[in-house]
Amino acid sequence: MSVTVANLSVAYRSHRGDVTAVDGVSFSLADGEIMGLAGESGCGKSTLGNALVCMDTRMKATAGKVMLDGKELPIEDGRAMRPLRMTEVSVVPQYAMNALTPTRKIRRLVTDLLKSHGVRDRDRVLTEMKRRIALIGLTGDVLGKYSFELSGGMRQRITILMSTLLNPSLLIADEVTSALDVSTQRAVGEMLLEFRDRGYVRSVIAITHDLSILAQIADSIAIMYAGRLVEKAPTPSIVNDALHPYTQALIASLPEVGVRHDQATLTGIPGRPPSLLRPPAGCRFRDRCPFAFDKCAENPPLQEVRPGHHVACWKAAQEASE
Amino acid sequence: MHRFLIRKLITYMMAFVVGVTIDWGIPHLMPGDPVQTYLSQFRLQPAGYAALYSTMSQAFGTNMSALAQYLHYWKGMLTWDLGVSYTSFPTEVSTMIGQALPYTLALLVPAIVLSYILGNRLGAAAARRKLLDNSVLPLGYVFQAMPYAWVALILPYLFGVVWHVFPVSGGYDHSLLPSWNWTFIWSLITHWFLPFLSVFLISLGGWAIGMRNLVIYELENDASRYLRALGARERVIRRYAYRNASLPQLSGLALALGVVVGGNIVTEVAFQYPGLGHLLYQAIAGKDYFLLQGIFIFIIIGVLVANFIIDLVFITVDPRTRLSMQGAQA
Amino acid sequence: MSQTVLEEHASSPAAPGARPVRGNDFLYYGLRNKKLLFGLGLELLLILLAIIGPLISPHNTTDFYKLASPPSAQNWLGTDSFGHDIFAQLVVGLRESYLVGALSAICAAIAGMVLGFIAGWRGGVLDEALQFLTNVVVMIPALVLLVVIGSYLNTRSVMFEGVFIGLTTWPWVARAVRAQTFSLRSREFVDLAKLSGKRATSIVVKEIAPNMASYLFLAIILLFGSSMLLASSYDFLGLGPSNTVSLGIMMQQATLNSALFYHMWWWVFPPGMVLTAMVAALLVANVGLDEVFNPKLRER
Repeated sequence: MSVTVANLSVAYRSHRGDVTAVDGVSFSLADGEIMGLAGESGCGKSTLGNALVCMDTRMKATAGKVMLDGKELPIEDGRAMRPLRMTEVSVVPQYAMNALTPTRKIRRLVTDLLKSHGVRDRDRVLTEMKRRIALIGLTGDVLGKYSFELSGGMRQRITILMSTLLNPSLLIADEVTSALDVSTQRAVGEMLLEFRDRGYVRSVIAITHDLSILAQIADSIAIMYAGRLVEKAPTPSIVNDALHPYTQALIASLPEVGVRHDQATLTGIPGRPPSLLRPPAGCRFRDRCPFAFDKCAENPPLQEVRPGHHVACWKAAQEASE
Repeated sequence: MHRFLIRKLITYMMAFVVGVTIDWGIPHLMPGDPVQTYLSQFRLQPAGYAALYSTMSQAFGTNMSALAQYLHYWKGMLTWDLGVSYTSFPTEVSTMIGQALPYTLALLVPAIVLSYILGNRLGAAAARRKLLDNSVLPLGYVFQAMPYAWVALILPYLFGVVWHVFPVSGGYDHSLLPSWNWTFIWSLITHWFLPFLSVFLISLGGWAIGMRNLVIYELENDASRYLRALGARERVIRRYAYRNASLPQLSGLALALGVVVGGNIVTEVAFQYPGLGHLLYQAIAGKDYFLLQGIFIFIIIGVLVANFIIDLVFITVDPRTRLSMQGAQA
Repeated sequence: MSQTVLEEHASSPAAPGARPVRGNDFLYYGLRNKKLLFGLGLELLLILLAIIGPLISPHNTTDFYKLASPPSAQNWLGTDSFGHDIFAQLVVGLRESYLVGALSAICAAIAGMVLGFIAGWRGGVLDEALQFLTNVVVMIPALVLLVVIGSYLNTRSVMFEGVFIGLTTWPWVARAVRAQTFSLRSREFVDLAKLSGKRATSIVVKEIAPNMASYLFLAIILLFGSSMLLASSYDFLGLGPSNTVSLGIMMQQATLNSALFYHMWWWVFPPGMVLTAMVAALLVANVGLDEVFNPKLRER
């Protein structure tokens, strides 16, 4: 296994107490796997992604560990993580549009990063970068430009390029398509796939709230709700055969192309996720779940109910054993 | 970039015009005749008064129409004929300004430049070291809050009266005759030091605090976060933050000039340092209007030129302004 | 220099549109912010001194005592070269300084807010005109302008000083207000108000103003401090009110009467020290307030 996350819990310090944004999450990624991590706002997916690369000063890992290629990732130790960032674990952040400093040309930015990582042969790397720039359909002179001279979509793609320049083992792509128009979204999605196929990145965790893009590029999808992992399965299983009521509701709420409003109404999921300051006992989706029964007062563990298909739901577990 | 410069130039022109107009307009819009006000200082016989009044009115131009006076004033401005000083008759105003100018420049230029550079470094250092921050911050606020007049009192008190290290007033030792020998030059320097220190210290506080805040902000913005997430060394991140923070600081420099010039006047008066500020004070006390006007417009020009220089530096440092085709905010 | 800090606030991206901190949040953070507590505390102490000082001071500013004597039981801060009690002068001067500061802050605030709102709300030519105007006024050194105008006038009063200082410092407020109005007027809640048919002035007063209240408040605090400093310089140059004492006048008198030469530290130190405390407390409180209003600046 390339990446293993075992029982990871991450909390934010606040003046009212610790908010556990990620609660006991476990999953693993195979070499070359693109895993989508989806859920609504506040479910903890971004926190999880950020924790794996670069933890905020307000965050702390309260439990669990992360293994990359058999070695433990020292996610809490900024000093130890620094040389691993960009080379082993890299991230395309949510704020990628503003991630490039406006007062330095792109080339300078890259060379400074390379210097920080002790890369001697910087010209070779820059040539490789120019190759990849051409690959994604931009012109090489982009290196000589400042970030504000590029459009939003271009900046996004350059950021992805920069983040993957040193061929990391794991890439966290946080909402890479959220701020883009549909055609650029597709281009970026294809870019990720191409990079994985060429070996520029090994495994990818694509964090998004947009299931449709995951349907296109992800090999597997993991769904998070209120800080917990509720379902993880290969993409076709999630799309066609979701077992967790939350996932089912998510899929059902996606509008279908070609269906008019007088033919069917858009359904949402009534209610709101629970507060993570003092989370309720038992299954966190209980209050909004149409199938909840008394066993749900006890927290359902993430179980592999079918080969490769993990769910944290008593109903799904029951049905699978029947 | 061109639009940026043109906008700036227009603003400078306008400021100049406004400055000249105020300069000319004030004595003429004030209640009472400037000549009358000047002459009221002296006890004159009616005959003498009448004679002086008519001569001065002619010289001052108060017997012409307002518009004629205004145009005449502009003519004088552009030919650098600022008139003659009354309190130091017959010395020309421009000569007196020329004599006082080196002293003021010697005070202002090193004070501004050094406090800016050192203040920035100090502020940036305080932004990343909590220990330093705890001492720099309160000191910075205190320095920034000190009135120029007060610093001009306590520094000579401590260093001139209590510990006899520096002289307390004057531009040089008045028992010496100005000449280019080492004694005189040394006297110049020792008399220069305390006034310089006054202006320097007050400005230092402001720059340090400003830079500290800007660097803190920059260290936590998206660009810095990204560098950190990609494993850049903290040193590199700091360098980037410093560079980005320098830009608004530079704009701040242009705006702070007005305050420093004002403070400089106070300092010169307190130390009786023979610069433009001191000259201005004398002009006010003696109701020497030509001198007053001359100094005023000279200061305005100086500030405008300094602003322009800072704008040029800004253009070279900020790529956004340089490359902007749409014309940045003026 | 405090004007530079003010300008930074005006252009600081962190501040514009900061979520207005509501009731409980504000109290919680406010009461725990050391800078705010210290600054506010010190300032209130000084204001208190300004109010009750002249009442508790056993002497008047015009009473004569032994010339140039150091602090004693009779004269708490000693006497000056004319034999006047320095403590009495100090507390009266405090009052005058606060008065001038308040007067100019009010003037600048009114002028700045009106012009800033108009420019930010209407935009276009009005905005351009205001921008040029503020750029021009800002470039002319305030003290120089005040000195030139003041020297021609024969009246020397606190009123004049206050109003005129306000008229030279209004651009700072105007810029801040304009920037805020600009950014806020295109926000959703304003569009909502427009859609529901509210009039422009009503929108400005009810929707925009509360959101920038915190920001304005900060700007005015800084203005207050820099006005007091400017007024003290003005008084120092001999253009201050002739019928009363102010801190600047005290410093002027000390300088003119060779207080240094006569080692009269009780005359040299207190006026400026008090003024420094007044302004520094404001600056510190201002920073504390900024931290309370702006979550990003907390927890350093």
